[in-house]
This record gives sequence, C-alpha cells and structure tokens, in this order.
Amino acid sequence: MPDSQHEKRFQERIDAEQKVEPRDWMPDDYRKMLVRQISQHAHSEVVGMLPEGNWITRAPSLHRKTILLAKVQDEAGHGLYLYSAAETLGISREEMIDQLLEGRAKYSSIFNYPTLTWADMGAIGWLVDGAAIINQVMLTRTSYGPYSRAMVRICKEESFHQRQGYQILMTLSKGTPEQKAMAQDALDRWWWPALMMFGPSDKDSVHSVQSMKWKIKRQGNDELRQTFIDRTVPQAEFIGLKVPDPDLKWNEKTQHYDFGKIDWEEFRNVIKGNGPCNRERLAARRKAHEDGAWVRAAALAHAEKQAKKKAA
Amino acid sequence: MESKNKNDWPLWEIFIQSKRGNDHKHVGSLHAADARMAIENARDVYTRRGEGNSIWAVRSADVHASKPEDQGAFFDPADDKIYRHPTFYPLPEGVKYM
Repeated sequence: MPDSQHEKRFQERIDAEQKVEPRDWMPDDYRKMLVRQISQHAHSEVVGMLPEGNWITRAPSLHRKTILLAKVQDEAGHGLYLYSAAETLGISREEMIDQLLEGRAKYSSIFNYPTLTWADMGAIGWLVDGAAIINQVMLTRTSYGPYSRAMVRICKEESFHQRQGYQILMTLSKGTPEQKAMAQDALDRWWWPALMMFGPSDKDSVHSVQSMKWKIKRQGNDELRQTFIDRTVPQAEFIGLKVPDPDLKWNEKTQHYDFGKIDWEEFRNVIKGNGPCNRERLAARRKAHEDGAWVRAAALAHAEKQAKKKAA
Repeated sequence: MESKNKNDWPLWEIFIQSKRGNDHKHVGSLHAADARMAIENARDVYTRRGEGNSIWAVRSADVHASKPEDQGAFFDPADDKIYRHPTFYPLPEGVKYM
C-alpha cells in the first residue's frame, strides 16, 4: 500500500476515536512527535524528583517526611511508565537517558526553579501537580494507546500529590504570621511558572495544530491554562492567600477569570538553559547515572552467571 | 523495544492479578537484569497501593503477537458465525431458565 493510502486510513482511524497501538502503521512524524513529547514528559517526572528531594531530610516532622518520600517515589514510577510507553515507539531507554544527560532533550521548565522553603513543597504539590493533572487528564484521551494507559495510571496516583501540597499550605496559613508569610511567598514565586507549564499560547505554539489533528493533544494550551486558573483561584482564597496578579478578576460575562500577561521571555530563557537551577539539575542527574553504572553492570554480570549455572 | 546494547538490562512485560480468582492483566513493562529483579521492581512500581497479589514477568522478546496489518483477514472467520451467539436461537414465550 502506498504511504498516502496508509496515511488516509490512519487519519480515518484517529477521527473514529480508535487508539493507535505500537505495531500499527503510523506516519513518521506522528511517531517522532510522540517520542519527543513522551520522553520529555518522562524526563520531567524524573528531574521533578530533585526539587522535592531537597526537602526530604529537612521535612518538619516524620509524618511529612514519609508523605514526601511516598510522593517522590511515585514520580519515579511515573517516569518509568512514560519511558516504557516511549520505548514501544522504537526508541531505547538508553537513548532517551543520553538525550537528557547530554542536554539534547527538554523537560518541564518548572523544575529549574529552586525550592527555598518548606512551603515550596506545598506550592509544588498544589500548583505544579495541580497543573500537571489538568494536562494529564486531557492526555488520558490521547490517540496513542500506551501513552493513554500510562496517563490513566498516573492520574490515579496524582491527586494525592495535589491534596498533600494544599494541606501543607493550609496548615502554614493557619499558623504564626511568619508561617503564613512563608506560604504567601511560595505562592508568589510559583504562581507564574505554574501558568507557564501549559506552554505558549496556541497561536504561538509550533506543534499545536498537527498535534490536535492527530489527537495527541485534545485541548489547547490556553484552554487548559484557563481551567487551571478558574479552579485554583478559589482554592487560594479559601486558605487566605493572595494570587500575585493585580489584573486577576472574575469576568461575569465569560464566566472565567481574566488574568495578567505572562512573561514569556522568562519562559524561553529558562527553556534555553538559563533558569536558576538548570545546570544543577542536569549535574545531579549525570552524577546519579554515573554513580549507578557499576550497579547496573554488576546486576547484569550476576544474572549472566546465574543463567550459565542453571544451564550447566 | 529491546535494546541492541548488550550492557542494557532486558525488557520484561508485567502482568498483575488484582485479587485471587481474577485474570492476570498486562500493566506495562520494565527493565531488569533477571526475573527476580523484574518481579521485585514490578512490585515497587505497579503495586504501591495494593493493586495486586500476584505478579508474572515475561521477557518481552518472548512475546509473539498477531500482525495488525492482517487484522481483517485474520479475525474474519469469527465475523460470519452468528450461530455461535445465543441470540441466534429464539425461544418460545413460555420457555424459562435458558
């Protein structure tokens, strides 16, 4: 069958809401777009462990520490689900890790900001995981089967992340004036980067149109961002924190919040590698990978030895 | 995909039984040096919230699958045998428990 014929059938299948599975014919660009998106998503989960790992040893109580440990362990699992989904498209795990460690792959820009206080653990869970959930719930309906299944699994685990974060900030905001100030400071620093997580406005987004046509993405960046704002602002008000946007106000006519301008210059700059922690994050990943090399080699040597013994 | 690099751990497909009496269901895959590690890692990533009580690990390279491009012809024999379904056989009004 000629490619044009394949492509027509492929699009018909997508339009009919049928999922694409790994061994199906698919356009090269569909495969490439998915590998790029899923591996970036996987890298984000893995790099995302670092800002929170920073506070595991300094959590204010054993209770908070066990919760944070469980959350960070979940993120490692999410990275694995996503790497596995990407591998079904023909790229190897090693190749993806190399791309990350050599700085050739992107990950979510939000993880290049530092976690300065304990309140940041609250802000990350509430805002960063909250934004991720909105994106990921949309992606459970993505056209590629393995990606969709990974998203279902991840979404089931993610809502605990958001709630534990909100609870941290709720507790702080009911505390001493210093604790409340700490919570407000965290919201002030994380609000705008969280809004940037949804990516540039659809009119400036290079991949959006094709991605929507192939139903990899099901909703535009602006729509998702608006959903996030509409849901989050009342949550902030409920715990007495102020969203750091003087232009933010409820619009009775649109039934949505109007909000101020996002500093896309900052976004592009962080993506380019000039955020506060880009170098530190990659250095930490490289060190972990290199330090683990002997373990990977030893486990493989052991497995081979055992297999030989069994065969003999 | 199974890596071509010999230094990489092989890929395993993981199946979980959610409770006794149910089927083992495919949940995803992971890399591990041997079967024991595959099962232990599967426990850590796929059953953190009591999702299962039994795990199967199968080397991905050992899974054989039907070809998606032949799907139509391959599954065709099942399409025209409506007499395999109970609804093919209408029962008279008064007949019960069948």
